[in-house]
Amino acid sequence: MEVVLAFVIGGLYAAGLFMMMRRSMVKVIMGLALLGYASNLLIFTVGRLTRGSSPLIPADAAQPAAPFADPLPQALILTAIVIGFGVQAFALVLFKRTYQSVGTDDLDSIRATEKS
Amino acid sequence: MNGLLILPILIPLMTAIALVLAWNHRAIQRRISVAGALILFLAAIGLLTSVSSDGIAVVQIGDWPAPFGITLVADLFSAVMVTMTGLMGLAVAVYSLSSMDAPRESFGYYPLFHVLLMGVNGAFLTGDMFNLYVWFEVMLIASFVLMALGGERVQLEGAIKYVTINLVSSALFLTAIGILYSVAGTLNMADLAQRLNSGDVDPGMVTALSMMFLIAFGIKAAVFPLFFWLPASYHTPPVAVTAIFSGLLTKVGVYSLIRVFTLIFLRDVDYTHTLILVIAGFTMVTGVLGAVAQTGFRRLLSFHIVSQIGYLLMGLGLFTELALAGTVFFMVHVIIAKSALFLVSGAVYQIAGTYDLKKLGGLYKSHVGLSMMFLLPALSLAGIPPLSGFWAKLTLVRAGLETEEYAIVAVALGVSILTLFSMMKIWAEAFWKDRPESDEAASDGLPELRTSQAWLALVAPIIALGALTIVLGIAAEPFFVLARDAARQLLDPASYIQAVLGGTP
Repeated sequence: MEVVLAFVIGGLYAAGLFMMMRRSMVKVIMGLALLGYASNLLIFTVGRLTRGSSPLIPADAAQPAAPFADPLPQALILTAIVIGFGVQAFALVLFKRTYQSVGTDDLDSIRATEKS
Repeated sequence: MNGLLILPILIPLMTAIALVLAWNHRAIQRRISVAGALILFLAAIGLLTSVSSDGIAVVQIGDWPAPFGITLVADLFSAVMVTMTGLMGLAVAVYSLSSMDAPRESFGYYPLFHVLLMGVNGAFLTGDMFNLYVWFEVMLIASFVLMALGGERVQLEGAIKYVTINLVSSALFLTAIGILYSVAGTLNMADLAQRLNSGDVDPGMVTALSMMFLIAFGIKAAVFPLFFWLPASYHTPPVAVTAIFSGLLTKVGVYSLIRVFTLIFLRDVDYTHTLILVIAGFTMVTGVLGAVAQTGFRRLLSFHIVSQIGYLLMGLGLFTELALAGTVFFMVHVIIAKSALFLVSGAVYQIAGTYDLKKLGGLYKSHVGLSMMFLLPALSLAGIPPLSGFWAKLTLVRAGLETEEYAIVAVALGVSILTLFSMMKIWAEAFWKDRPESDEAASDGLPELRTSQAWLALVAPIIALGALTIVLGIAAEPFFVLARDAARQLLDPASYIQAVLGGTP
């Protein structure tokens, strides 16, 4: 299962980076989203894909019973997903406003910053 | 429990909340903003004095013991950076009073400004990798909105570049954190420092990871060859925003680099730190060459930010006590001098209505005081004695000579001359030469000269920062001793680990 996910993650990174290199703003946004998913999925996989009991430590033991998945990465992803959601929502609005003001979604025509 | 450690995060948060509550009252917002910045500055000074007398301060949030909970740590370097944040926050908060326009003030400029300060302080104080990521995002989202606030076309275009590259950097940072956790099983920096340097971890893996962090932080710090977003975006928002960005944001990237490369990634110093040294050299050269070619006041200064980042990394790359002391001193110097220059560019804009050096001119004749206020930080940046930049560069150059890295020393000195040249270019174009004829027509639509009170709010921060660069230069000794102590702490990870993890060395 880890192997399959490794390919999925690699594919997501590749797709994300490819999309970011396109000239269209919409595709750049999609690329950003894909990159975010890829890193979230990576952290998820890092925490082991074990199907077992909940990682609760019994009263008389120092660590949870054997088959368990590390809960910390999952907590990290929750945070990362929320942050990613907020940032992507902002980016969407920013790109929309830019589209309205520039009148094209071609990134090559965004050159107003080159003037001093 | 050291409450001082939480204050630099808590105060901006409370200020931001109070500012949001006063959303419809601009006059009240302005007062709260300055008051909040002042309290933050005082708290930061309190933290600095406490850390310099009592050693590294640590707080375990929620009282969870060290490797499990979130830790806040302030060693001397962190405390110095927090103090600089407080200083810049205060200077720019006052400057904003007369430079920020009413629409931006009504749409949340002040709350965002304080959220930005909170994010920066959080990043300086945290002792946990994932928490660092979270503070980075707090800081970034506030900076995104500040960058785009106002919605002028050039701002939006600058913001697109800024947002996109920073999101790539964040994704990379997050990925690196994921892999780091899978290798080490912890994200607490002190714990990481122990485990990654203990020998059970494959050194190749650690070096590979360190490169991921180098790129992720390198984008944020704007090092060669990852700096192109900075000169493409920093000159677009209002000048108060540019000043606080230039003072703090790239420096958070540099801080993170210094933190991880003095504490965590020490397995292959020959390789990693030499690489950093090479990057430092290229960053200096490309930054200053870019600056020499510019004709826009703020674009020229933006390229200089990049060039100065090179000096900061030079100290890290040399990796001796003297070199790191130079970096800390240079950091303080460059934050002050650079922000002062941006604030001057804003004052010039208020007078002349343009940032274009070709259209500017004659300011020495009409505004002698302001011209002097430009000259001070400009000469300081170039490294003319007895200003602060001289001592900062002298320390770095001496450290370079001691370690016999003559190439980087030559580069650093050569870049200084080019820095002086480009500063003199601004001086000659904007202040010295006569005002070009064609400008007369354009000057009709300029904002009329403000009331003396508004002028004071504009000039007071510039004078204060200019005075500081003189003080730092003439009375360099106590500041240098502080910087050397900070460097000594940085080079002794054991004391950091001991302070965070307590009795389990």
